[in-house]
Amino acid sequence: MTHQPKFLVADQPLFAVEGLTKRYGARIGCADVSFDLFPGEVLGIVGESGSGKSTLLSCLAGHQRPNEGRLSYAGRDVLAMGETERRRLARTDWAFVHQNPRDGLRMGVSAGGNVGERLMAVGARHYGTIRATATDWLGRVEIAADRIDDRPSAFSGGMQQRLQIARNLVTGPRLVFMDEPTGGLDVSVQARLLDLLRNLVRDLGLSAIIVTHDLAVVRLLADRLMVMKDGRVVEQGLTDQVLDDPQHGYTQLLVSSVLQV
Amino acid sequence: MSDYTFAYLDEQTKRMIRRAILKGVAIPGYQVPFASREMPMPYGWGTGGVQVTAACLVPEDRLKVIDQGADDTTNAVSIRRFFQRTAGVETTEATAEATVIQTRHRIPETPLTEGQILVYQVPIPEPLRFLEPRETETRKMHELEEYGLMHVKLYEDIARHGQIATSYAYPVKVEGRYVMDPSPIPKFDNPKLGHSPAIQLFGAGREQRIYAIPPYTQVVSLDFEDHPFTPSKAPHDCDLCGAGESYLDEVITDDRGGRMFVCSDTDFCASRRAAGHHGALSAPEPEGVA
Repeated sequence: MTHQPKFLVADQPLFAVEGLTKRYGARIGCADVSFDLFPGEVLGIVGESGSGKSTLLSCLAGHQRPNEGRLSYAGRDVLAMGETERRRLARTDWAFVHQNPRDGLRMGVSAGGNVGERLMAVGARHYGTIRATATDWLGRVEIAADRIDDRPSAFSGGMQQRLQIARNLVTGPRLVFMDEPTGGLDVSVQARLLDLLRNLVRDLGLSAIIVTHDLAVVRLLADRLMVMKDGRVVEQGLTDQVLDDPQHGYTQLLVSSVLQV
Repeated sequence: MSDYTFAYLDEQTKRMIRRAILKGVAIPGYQVPFASREMPMPYGWGTGGVQVTAACLVPEDRLKVIDQGADDTTNAVSIRRFFQRTAGVETTEATAEATVIQTRHRIPETPLTEGQILVYQVPIPEPLRFLEPRETETRKMHELEEYGLMHVKLYEDIARHGQIATSYAYPVKVEGRYVMDPSPIPKFDNPKLGHSPAIQLFGAGREQRIYAIPPYTQVVSLDFEDHPFTPSKAPHDCDLCGAGESYLDEVITDDRGGRMFVCSDTDFCASRRAAGHHGALSAPEPEGVA
């Protein structure tokens, strides 16, 4: 259900999802998910393993085709697009940050080449400019400029994840999908990465959808929160509201399960 | 000779290959799958090229076979003899006289003319193969014209070597559409691919692909605006015929650092010497090296 009246153009959602359902045979991956994402807004999706978060994200990002539902991006029906257009969208306006940087990076290609790939994919053909942009982005994600010709395999896990982020943001996307961006990193590296992400999201005015099981991540990054269980959304609302005053039993359990140090 | 069908392959097979060739010519640079046959030679020795040649040959043809520019190396000699035996066609070493030229890794120096067919032996037809190992994905990339990755390879070259170090099998874009591997010809030969009066056919036997560049087709070598494509060769003249504009092989002549540079195109070199040209190491006698 869209909540926006059609005449409020300025308040049009950037990304609107309606009744999204993905089934794996008789089993459901996720069922009847609806939400609107507005420009500059960060939506967190939390839930335990197997709750359908990743299925939902891959349907949203176009990696899988949902069985039912509607997706529209900036007023255009994503599911009705041809593959050419959808892939163009995926490498210009959208970005996808994988949990494992190895899935999102080309490990045999230098850091500069990794960052430059999206630029070259959209037609940049000036080596000097590509390299300058890549250097600039490495700086923004706190990777030293002299590492530009090193391969990601020579980087630490945290650096790889930051490189993946740089590679995704270099073309100035408007919508970023993140699948457990801090998974597998130790807490101090996580903290720096979150700090970085928060600044980038604020500075660039990005909209983002972040899937995670880590409530601290959404507390820091997300404006709004969706809690999923067994493929369904059980609760959604403003992040602080959901975390501080959880209404659904499962959300209460989730919030109370976090260890307080 | 009569023990074989003309040019070894049976007529149905040749028909199948011709259909692939026609499709290739109709879609310049597109890799057409075909049912490659076992040939009486190992993969990597030109099984694709031989099948394309066999499908193109007619009894009136005059065939030339070159291997790295030379008419007299094992691969060239054996393929030439193969078609002498199975097709009974005339053979020649002179580029200008040949109607079909099968080549491995070179384009002849002598400009080709209308009516000639140049058949390339191709080991790996997919230019994106070493960047993207999945065939399904590379096909999709060709389909959607997603060729950014090809430039990533060139970017890596410049980042690592200061210039585009790819010196053979240099990727080209054909008629503004398909990115194509021109087979491992030196990039010196790339400019000859475009607007050639001859038909250029590419056969990859093991990979079961045929592709083509029809005559007078635009072929552009990929590059960056600030690192433009440059055809390169050894900065020398041929030591036998003195040619300054031909592609050269470096030949080690002794174990004390002695070396000479000779044209890789033996026919071109020999005909220049026959016409009285000579280089630094072949000055006195006019008949020169056999």
